[in-house]
Amino acid sequence: MKHDEHKPPNSRSISRRSFIKGAGALAAASGLVRTPGADAGAATSSGAQEGIVERLGPDAQTIELKINGEVRRVTVEPRETLLRALRDHLNLTGTKLVCDRGACGACTVHLDGKPVTSCMILAIDARGHEITTIEKIRIKGDKTGLFGAFVEHDGAQCGFCTPGMVMSLAAALASNPKANLEDVKRAVAGNICRCGTYPHVFAAALSVARDTRGGGAGES
Amino acid sequence: MNRFEVITPADLAHAARLLSGEGHVALAGGVDVIDLLKLDIIAPATLVNLKNLPELRGIESRAGGLRIGALTQLHEVAEHPLIREHYTAVADAAREAATPQIRNLATVGGNLLQRPRCWYFRHPDVHCLKKGGDRCYAPGGLNRYHAILGGGPSFIVHPSNLAPALIAFGASAKIVGPSGQRSVELEKFFTLPTVDPRRENNLEPGEVVVAVELPAPPAGAKSAYLEAREKQSFDWPLVAAAAMLVGAPGSHTVHDARIVLGAVAPIPWRSPDAEKEIIGHPLDAERARAAGEASVRGAHPLSDNAYKVAIAKVLVRRAILKAAGIEET
Repeated sequence: MKHDEHKPPNSRSISRRSFIKGAGALAAASGLVRTPGADAGAATSSGAQEGIVERLGPDAQTIELKINGEVRRVTVEPRETLLRALRDHLNLTGTKLVCDRGACGACTVHLDGKPVTSCMILAIDARGHEITTIEKIRIKGDKTGLFGAFVEHDGAQCGFCTPGMVMSLAAALASNPKANLEDVKRAVAGNICRCGTYPHVFAAALSVARDTRGGGAGES
Repeated sequence: MNRFEVITPADLAHAARLLSGEGHVALAGGVDVIDLLKLDIIAPATLVNLKNLPELRGIESRAGGLRIGALTQLHEVAEHPLIREHYTAVADAAREAATPQIRNLATVGGNLLQRPRCWYFRHPDVHCLKKGGDRCYAPGGLNRYHAILGGGPSFIVHPSNLAPALIAFGASAKIVGPSGQRSVELEKFFTLPTVDPRRENNLEPGEVVVAVELPAPPAGAKSAYLEAREKQSFDWPLVAAAAMLVGAPGSHTVHDARIVLGAVAPIPWRSPDAEKEIIGHPLDAERARAAGEASVRGAHPLSDNAYKVAIAKVLVRRAILKAAGIEET
């Protein structure tokens, strides 16, 4: 699975740098959008054409994604979702594929710190964004405290929904460290657990929120 | 899912030109488009990426009102201080939509233009009226989530939950197409199946919804948006109700009102009958109840969805009372 990142750039590859230089990705990267200019036609090595900033596919092309702080090269067709890119091409299998329709939340990752279902965004559309997966939280030291809390409160049964739950809660607690039960419920409203561990998940999240408050008694 | 290319046009004019072409579909937040692609309901050769277009971005104050770019994400609408304060029903509708993860991807334009959730329409093997087939399977089939008002020949319900709240405030869609730009009141943008059962609005090929424009809210306007669902955490509504009330200065009399239901008809369903029950009267629980009753006048439920009539009555009453700040008794 490592071959993608070692693949040398070929004539069709598009680096983030050249994409920005051409045009387009500035919008994705910053939320700002340039006005179309004379250089628009020189955006990419392929499909340079008047009025078109970029043309991708249908064949696979190499793109760059910033995942867990590292720039990763991955060769994908435009139709491949971010979830597919993570799991099938980059071997980041902590993010789970379940419904593949944005309904279950098992594939939740962060895009610029916000939870999104990675099955409902094309990999090419994740360029220019900071992508964070469960591996960052787990492998690089759990700064969220959620892993310990899930263990302590028995927050996982089969465990398949757990990565998504943790990602939703990590984002919610980062933006609202004093989350109460209602906040926690809203945060995981898009995460389905068919084992029914919700009360334990809520307890785990609230224990982290309480710890953040300095050990004081919080709502339950 | 079929293979496709993705083209990013340099500007709106080129986007419109590309979208005029056969087999070209617009890509913004992508949530509904990706769903339709995965189901093979659509199989475009080309997706036209709209995320590069500055005209589609941002929330700006304009002439006392607001211009909300079509690419604005639902979480931005839900959290925007001006929308929360002056267009409460709109913020609440955005806040109630889908899941946190989807609200961080889905856009205002996509919410208005998403295709119906009807299980016959979404079934890849069912060639129904909406897909150019010869019949709607809802009347003789499983129809518990289908239309109770305005149905026929298709009985879908319109899936947008922003639309009823936006219509309650008289919002318009700003549209740019190959032959220029136009502005259309959202109330007139959505079209009944009698006009064309294959579509839900009057957007023409090549046209792009650029923004939603909210007029200045009437002085003293108060609003609310409520959904009734089978599941509280995340679900599509069985019925939605938006109420916008304008009080006469210095009295409890309702000077003006707009009542718009969602998930009951093939279009967001404004109810002038419900509005008449409360306009010109002091508002109380009895008036709100009468408006709820009036909102479903003329309803034609199908075999399995008469329960939605009962829910609509209650939800309209509750939305009116919530907007007015009256505790339910």
